[in-house]
Amino acid sequence: MSAPVAPSVDRAGHPHGRMPRGRDAVEAAAVVALVARARRRPLRRVRLVIAGLVVATGAVVLARVLLGEYTVTLVDFVHILRGETIEAAPGASFIVMEAKLPRALIGALAGAAFGAAGAMFQTTLRNPLASPDIIGISLGASAAAVVALTFFDAQGFVVPLAALAGALAVSLVMYLVARGTSFAGQRMVLVGIGIAALLASVIQFVMTRTSIQDAQAALVWLTGSLNRASWPLIGLLALGIAVLVPALAVNVRRMRLAELGDELSTTLGSPASGARLGLLLAVALSAFATAATGPISFVAFLAGPISRRLTGGRPSLWAAALVGAVIVVASDYLGDYLIPDVNLPVGVVTGALGAPLMLAVVISAGRHGKA
Amino acid sequence: MTPHHTPDAAVTPLRGGADQSPMPALRTFGLSLAYDGHTVVDDLDLEVQRGAVTAIVGPNGCGKSTVLRGLSRLLKPVSGEVLLSAAVSESSGGSGKPVPLRDVWSMRAKEFARRVALLPQTPPVPEGITVVDLVGRGRHPHHSLVRRWSEADDEAIAVAMRVTDTLELAERHVEELSGGQRQRVWIALTLAQDTDVILLDEPTTYLDVAHQIDVLDLLVELNRRRGTTIVMVLHDLNLAARYADQVVALRGGRLVAQGRPADVVDEAFVRSVFGLESRVITDPVAGTPLVIPASRDQLIGPTS
Amino acid sequence: MSSRTRSLTLTGALVVLVGVAVLASITIGSRPVAFGDVVAVLTGNGGDLADRGVVEARIARTAVGLLVGAGLAVAGAAMQGLTRNPLADPGLLGVNAGASLAVVVAISIFGVGTLTGYVWWAMAGAGIAAVLVHALAGLARGGVTPLRLTLAGAAVSAGLASWSSGLLVSSQQSLDSFRFWQVGTIGGRGLDLVITVLPFFAVGLVVVLLAVRQLNALALGDDLARGLGESLLLARAAVALGVAVLCGAATALAGPIGFLGLVVPHVARFVVGADHRRIIPVCLLIGPALLLVADVAGRVVVRPTEVQAGIMTAVVGVPVFVMLVRRGRMAAL
Repeated sequence: MSAPVAPSVDRAGHPHGRMPRGRDAVEAAAVVALVARARRRPLRRVRLVIAGLVVATGAVVLARVLLGEYTVTLVDFVHILRGETIEAAPGASFIVMEAKLPRALIGALAGAAFGAAGAMFQTTLRNPLASPDIIGISLGASAAAVVALTFFDAQGFVVPLAALAGALAVSLVMYLVARGTSFAGQRMVLVGIGIAALLASVIQFVMTRTSIQDAQAALVWLTGSLNRASWPLIGLLALGIAVLVPALAVNVRRMRLAELGDELSTTLGSPASGARLGLLLAVALSAFATAATGPISFVAFLAGPISRRLTGGRPSLWAAALVGAVIVVASDYLGDYLIPDVNLPVGVVTGALGAPLMLAVVISAGRHGKA
Repeated sequence: MTPHHTPDAAVTPLRGGADQSPMPALRTFGLSLAYDGHTVVDDLDLEVQRGAVTAIVGPNGCGKSTVLRGLSRLLKPVSGEVLLSAAVSESSGGSGKPVPLRDVWSMRAKEFARRVALLPQTPPVPEGITVVDLVGRGRHPHHSLVRRWSEADDEAIAVAMRVTDTLELAERHVEELSGGQRQRVWIALTLAQDTDVILLDEPTTYLDVAHQIDVLDLLVELNRRRGTTIVMVLHDLNLAARYADQVVALRGGRLVAQGRPADVVDEAFVRSVFGLESRVITDPVAGTPLVIPASRDQLIGPTS
Repeated sequence: MSSRTRSLTLTGALVVLVGVAVLASITIGSRPVAFGDVVAVLTGNGGDLADRGVVEARIARTAVGLLVGAGLAVAGAAMQGLTRNPLADPGLLGVNAGASLAVVVAISIFGVGTLTGYVWWAMAGAGIAAVLVHALAGLARGGVTPLRLTLAGAAVSAGLASWSSGLLVSSQQSLDSFRFWQVGTIGGRGLDLVITVLPFFAVGLVVVLLAVRQLNALALGDDLARGLGESLLLARAAVALGVAVLCGAATALAGPIGFLGLVVPHVARFVVGADHRRIIPVCLLIGPALLLVADVAGRVVVRPTEVQAGIMTAVVGVPVFVMLVRRGRMAAL
């Protein structure tokens, strides 16, 4: 262990660590003020970043609605929102309200849910690899959706509901298997990885047993896309978020303690079971998002590290959620117009662009000596 | 309980020491602890005196850390109980009346966390947060859904950081610190918790000799000024003898000896606890027993 | 019982197990052929033409099962030793994803349509992905560490999978060919294909077997291994090369087969302890036995069609894995 460096030079003069004594009240107040300032400075930066991200999310949603092959002016958009018909283009109302706006909104909502869930996993389990994509939640939803699509010819709302049921069933199994063991959180993740492998096989099997048309539809679902955006689906997702996010917010402080390890977290008055509750909430959140859009790869994984880069290292659930929203809406936009005449599902874009970013995360994490 | 927010507030010295009227801060009766059915600590009756520094010593694997886990509610006993005395302000202070004891498992998690703090051996260092933020997390037990951050929290953090000499590090990131600095920051976190009992699991591991002395001096000073009850697992018997008011020796999960270092640490003690031949002389600096181990294949001369 | 007789008994039992699996694989199938007819074909004493075709296909299939089972199990054990991570799977090196992307490219861009054609693409894809993962893990300061290897492997795999999906989403025809390759099966490959890939298995197995001692040293951690005088860089590179060749060859031959490489080493460790000098040979026997048994089970569960071995291994392997996770000591993870 190295000797104390510059900031504690004055300590070197007191090798026996005498406590500071004889300071007057004025000085004590100054110290408190210094502490309060030091404590607030990173918080202020986090607030600034969140404000900036709110603006960015709004901007990217607006751009998605207004720009593209069919452009709408901001004035017209406001009219359409008010329910008025545009004289010059009577079809504009339909395109905006039934296609462009739902698509942008569901992207933002799902992105936020993936981002928040991923950040929750990474901080609570202290593992950069932990994200709902890897531990079987997405595959639970996918397997259920693919079976519904192919074997039962499910249409419309049945598919997301089946997906939701699949994801929740997987999380229940994970929870039940790990319950009552030591390191339950880690075991939960491992069981999830195993279930993911099993479900991947189920999906492959189904893919070989169905018509090529159904297989194609299933593949689009599996890559994650916003094609199925509709108001009822937005309603379902919004409902899930409205129920889960406040519960998650209460859990944020527990998550901060979970970062200190099970022991300190417990002796500070927040037993590890509390952190596990947070994990279950995150699982449910990503289940709703996956049900709505299919698994969109890398969003849950990347939102956390990117938001931390922005906040100067401090993890923030809200910043991660907003980063997720921006990534999904922007990637969907890119997927539509990046290559002419080809509409890439959003999941392909996030995957293709996400892998290099993830590697950057791996490498820079190594730089800080953490990997 | 009443928090002591300024380091200079003259707190009635509560130093117990084995020679004064015994007043337990923590007490165990017939405590047995096990991992996955494998018993590590067996039928332990332990008395941790209030306001004293207690060192738990013993060979590797004797259950030292496990006892600490039992005392801090991290490990539920297989049998027996762990009792905590009422807080200073609730009891009659130093008047010698018996202090009411409570089963720690009957307390709520946060209530217990306001009374007893634990510093684990190597807690994981969270990424990307500053020292002041980390120390602030020690305030968690004092918060609730309605009671969030207040001036009192900043004051408690200021005191903890001042005492541990970490104010200069306030805005540094924890992962950038050296081992010695980091240890002081962790101690600051447990101080910010503002408890009257602090448990520490080998607080000097990985520190060089100067930093070991630094940390132990700091803990003893805290004990003397604030009356904080300190229980630490130490593997260095000489440091334990020098700094502790009371030494608790374990072997194979059982209590071997308990008492003032000057009374219990001698050659027979070292032999029975560590199975090691040694000579024990008086430490020329501190006047406490100093153990000089003999190597296994070398006969040592007669005592004195 | 002395440890020598014990290990002899064990080896004998495992060899018998493999023999039974081989026998089952040749005699049992979705299309029933009487045992006497099988024997007749095998001994060259006639049997009708259809029976002869079925039995010959089963022989080729059994050969594929033996090679792929041994290759994946040994690669898995080596990979877990290399990364000191009991969850490591050969797929982690990016091998499966690399082979898959290469096959997708071959189908959708170059119009390759035969198994023999896929083999070379799959081998190349697996190799490139493995090198890429290793190079990327080594980019960070401090060189390759187990955690970085794991992370880089997961990242590269996920990224490559996305590129595959991107290509497949826009082409129904490619998807139609690819979905049958992707599922992983040991059936439908001729002996000629087996012989083409055989040298790669041989090289991979020899390299890993030669590096067994180094694996034991690596298991002690980097610092200790260095202290023991093992050249870490060389050992790592050799094992990684062997793993990549084995997985590449297995995936080229059978398509991606999951879980075998993850589960078999754990079973081997249960039987013989932590010494790689014992684990690897045991894997060499348990791997083929398990794959053949899974394949035979797949032939009979949904007669007259079959469930591919790649799916059966997961169905058999996952419960084992979950049990291991529940019972296992987490300290090792």
